[in-house]
This record gives sequence, structure tokens and C-alpha cells, in this order.
Amino acid sequence: MTDADEAAWRRRSVVAVVPPARPRKLAKVPFVELADGRLQGVVSSGSDIERVYVSSVTAGNHAYHCSTNNNRPCGGLRGAPCKHLEALADEAVLQYGVDRVARYLRVDAGDGTQTGVELLSRLDARHEPTSAAVVFSRFLRHLAYLELPASTTALPELHWFPSTGAGR
Amino acid sequence: MLGTQLAQLHGDDPTGLADADDVVAGFDEALLRGFARVGEADALALTALTGAVAGTPLGERVAEAVGKVTAGSVGQEHLAALAGARAALLGATHDALTARFDAALGRERAAWTAPAGEPADGSPARAAARSWLHETALAGWRGIDHELLSAVGTPVEAALAEPGARRLAVLLDGLAAELRAGLPVATMAQPPVRRWADLWARGVLLAQDGPATDPTAGATPVSGRLLPLGVDVHEHETAVQVQLHAILEPADAGPPRLVRVTVGAAKVATIGGPAVWRLLSAYPVLLTAIAQRRALTVTDLPAYGGDLHWVDERAQAGEPADPFATARVLLGTATAAATAPLDRHPAAIAEPVLLEGYTVHDGGSTVDLGGQRLAVALDRLPAGGPLTPALVAASSSCLGLARFDGGRWLVQPLAVQATVKRRPVEAHNGDWADGVTDPKVAKAEARAGDAVAVLRERAGRLLRR
Repeated sequence: MTDADEAAWRRRSVVAVVPPARPRKLAKVPFVELADGRLQGVVSSGSDIERVYVSSVTAGNHAYHCSTNNNRPCGGLRGAPCKHLEALADEAVLQYGVDRVARYLRVDAGDGTQTGVELLSRLDARHEPTSAAVVFSRFLRHLAYLELPASTTALPELHWFPSTGAGR
Repeated sequence: MLGTQLAQLHGDDPTGLADADDVVAGFDEALLRGFARVGEADALALTALTGAVAGTPLGERVAEAVGKVTAGSVGQEHLAALAGARAALLGATHDALTARFDAALGRERAAWTAPAGEPADGSPARAAARSWLHETALAGWRGIDHELLSAVGTPVEAALAEPGARRLAVLLDGLAAELRAGLPVATMAQPPVRRWADLWARGVLLAQDGPATDPTAGATPVSGRLLPLGVDVHEHETAVQVQLHAILEPADAGPPRLVRVTVGAAKVATIGGPAVWRLLSAYPVLLTAIAQRRALTVTDLPAYGGDLHWVDERAQAGEPADPFATARVLLGTATAAATAPLDRHPAAIAEPVLLEGYTVHDGGSTVDLGGQRLAVALDRLPAGGPLTPALVAASSSCLGLARFDGGRWLVQPLAVQATVKRRPVEAHNGDWADGVTDPKVAKAEARAGDAVAVLRERAGRLLRR
């Protein structure tokens, strides 16, 4: 971008800042987000339909944890990220793209890193228990959006947020 | 729109437009660095804002606010004055551009009539929003951290619980998601300073406990035939909105009016593309009419200026009505509505136009109309519809919205008539309102699975315990 282009861009109201989430299947990992300084989310248990795991990796220090939503530690954590964390990372890369996940976690993705599992392997990661409550309540809030009634009142601020990405 | 009209639209910039833009840009750069400690250049920029509104009813309060900011002790009431001054400049810009547009196109516009606003009661959601926006202004975009962003949850949750504060909730959610994706902003190659300052300033104004925030005040019922022109789709991670631009032929035989019908829903980031239409299933009559391009007969719909509040039970889908034919016959004479003062901003300009007989350049990103170039907003083609940049590039007629951003006019296509493989094709943004009609896309959608159903199942199991 030239300086003039850059200056013009800074004065634009409608620019795409967050690329839309890419479509992915939600059955296994219904919730992934880059928030609170963590890659965090919720992974459905493969064996018990009533159970979910809460998994997270902290940006910067790369501390990870996985537990049930009742804070029972995941049995799969044996000195390395469990399969839930791997699923979380893979789905995060599907949803956001590897660059955005790597930038958020502050890790050098390097050339040829394509999946979340590959990205995890590049972390100098260590296990550090954290409470599942914060992430789980964010997931419940996330689900609660779908319970809000539809509305017929125009929201003028949404003109700053055009739907985009035709022909993806 | 004709080439001569476009030439008139382009003409010389309205007086003062560039100056106002510079003053706003100065404010926006100051907000990047924050108001906790204001440097010399930013203090000058804020003083320019004072100068721009001197002699207006805002003058004194803004001068006082700028004094406080540069002294390093800015309170919430001072931020309100600054946001007000910035909004006044952009509102005046909006008015100058709209007047230019109306003169060029010969469009009639009804005068604004202010609804009788009752002073609103204090709201916890607005108070929480004011406090969060105050903290972000002190920090500046560069000073924002994870903690401050997580704190937006309090005002958003409170605002979602108040039906009258939906605008605030949706705005804060959209802004916070972008800041989250941009962290740390200090290392961001290109922070969108105008955009974020727009959203911040609008948020500050929406968070005031002032009068006239009640959108249901001052409605007049309208009846008649509604002829769709096209739909404009807006969405961010947690909201989607479909805005139908249409022409109303009033039942009392009054002149045709340009109106808008808006329906929207809350959503989550993983619901996107054509799936968003399913979130609007509470309005089957409207969606069917959009998908099948039919006229609607409406009875006693509450109208607020040009905005009709949709009530599906008061509408009936009628005979097919080609939006291009509607535009050719009625768009030239239909009366447009005025925009509410608080909503005036160049980004709010969305005027239906019909373009014909143009040549396409640069892969669809520019059209040439009688020797006049016009940029095409290809980044505003929604993922939930059949319009693609390729179809725009192959088009010969376009129904769109005139937009203004970054100092220039653009057209945002809502529908095109094109020739593909020597066959005429037509595509409208709303074609998939009732379900995807393109078998390839439908198959991809089926493969990805029903996100709404999966999340509703999870919600059913986990939410009510």
C-alpha cells in the first residue's frame, strides 16, 4: 500500500477488520474463540452426550488446560495436550485461519503449518490448571444469543458491518 | 442514474467537506493514542474540533471538554461533548452529500419531523456502556488490553436484557470483536481509526440517557402496495440484519414513497452465509416475497419516517413484481425519507439507484457510465446470496445503493442483470431468503451441517440447568 492509499484507508468507515468465520462442522467442537487472552472453547465428549470438556491455551505463556465443565481434570492430560485440546486447535484453525490463531497465541507459525495440531506442537506448552467456569459461562452466553427474539427495529449502526464474502 | 447525473454527483466537493474530514481525522488519530495523556499534536487536533463547532450550541461545552482532556482530567460528560461535536461534523457532511445526491438525481425528500421524545429513565446498561467507553477513550486503541476487552461483557449483557438498548449491545459487540482480533493494536499494520472512532462516538451518544431514543414514538400507520427493490444484508459475529428497500404505493393514492423494512436476529460467529436466513423464519411472508420477487399488500404497518416496522400478519404476498421494472417506472418519482438526526453520517447513506448501459472495468470494481467512473463496492456482496464479483463483472444493469466512503461515491449492488455464456441471468441478494436455489451451494451447505440445529441442541442440554 502506498502512503496515499494508507492515508485514504485510515479515513474509511467501512473496512473489513474481522474476516467472517469460515464454515465448519460444530458437532464435535461447538464453541471456539480467541478471547480473554486465550484460545478457548468447549469440546463435546465422544462418549457421553451430556458431558462437555472446557479446553484452553493461554496466549504468550502457552499454558494449557482441559477439564469437564465441573472442573474434573481431563484424564487425557499426561504431560501433553489431550485430544480435546487438539480438536480445539484444529477447529480454531478452520474457523479463523492459522495466521490469526498463531498471531493471537503469539507463536511463530512457520512455513507449512496447516493444522491446529501442528501449531500446538510448535508451542513450548506446559500444563497449568485454570477454572473452567469463565469459559463455560462464556459458552452459555454464546448459546443465549440464539434465544434472543428476532427484531423488526432497524439498527442503523449495522451499516458499518456489511455482509461480505460472496462466492467464498 | 444517468452519466450526466453521475457527473453532477461527482462535481466539486461541497464546501467545507474536506475541512470537516480533516478535523475528524485529527480527532480519530488522537483516540488511537488515548486521552489519558494528550500530546501536543493531539491537543492541536482537539482544539481544531472546538474551532469547527464554535458559534454553534455545542461550542461552549466542547471548548470546556477539550480543556479538560488536554489537562488530563476528562470525565464522561466531556466525552459526550466531544462525541457530539464529531457527530455534528459528520452529520453536516451527510446532509451536504445527501443534498448533492438529491439535486443530481432529482430525488424528492420529505422533511424530517421530530417525534415527541420523552426523557428516558436512567438505564444500568447505558451507565455501564458509558463507563466502558470512558475507559477505552483513556486507554486509546493502542492501550487496549484483554482485560479491558473482557470488561465489555458487563454493558453488553445489560444492554441485551433491555429491549430499548439493542442498538448499543450490537454496536459494542461488533466493536469489541474487532478490537479483540486486532490485539495488540500497537503492532497492527493498519488500525482502522476512522471506523473505530465512528463506532466509539456513536456508542457514547447511544449511551446517554437523553430523550427521543424510543423508536416507537411518533408512528403513523401506512397501507398499500409494497414493491421490493432489493435487500441489503448486514452482519457481524453476533447480529444479522436484512434491510429491504422498496417502493410503497399508498392505498390512499398518495405519491409513491421509498421505504425500508428491516428484520434482524442475534446470532453467533459460526452461523454465516445462507444459514442466516433461517434465523429470520418468524417472517415467512416477507421472506417468501423477497425470494420470489413478489409485491406485498400491507395494511396498517407502523411507519417511522421511511422505516416500516414489519408485522408479518399484516402483509400478503401478491403478484410477481420485477424489481428492475419497479425501479425503471417508479424510482425516479418516489419520495425519499429524511434520516433521523442522530443517525446522520456518510456511512448511513444508502440510496437506491438503477444503473444501466454502463461498461465494466477492473473485474467489476469500476463501472463507466457515460464517461464517468463509479467504484463498485464488491466487498459488500453478501455470502448469503447469489451475487458474486464475476456476475457483477458480466452485468449490464445493476440495482444498487449509492454509498459514500473514503471521500468517494460507490455503488453497492443489490441485484444485477448479466450475460453468462450468452444467456441472460439475473441475481438478487435476497434470492436465497427461502432456501438456497443454487444446487452447488446447497450441497456445500448440507455438507457443513446445520449449525443452528447443533447449537440449539447443545443449548437445550446445557443452558437450562
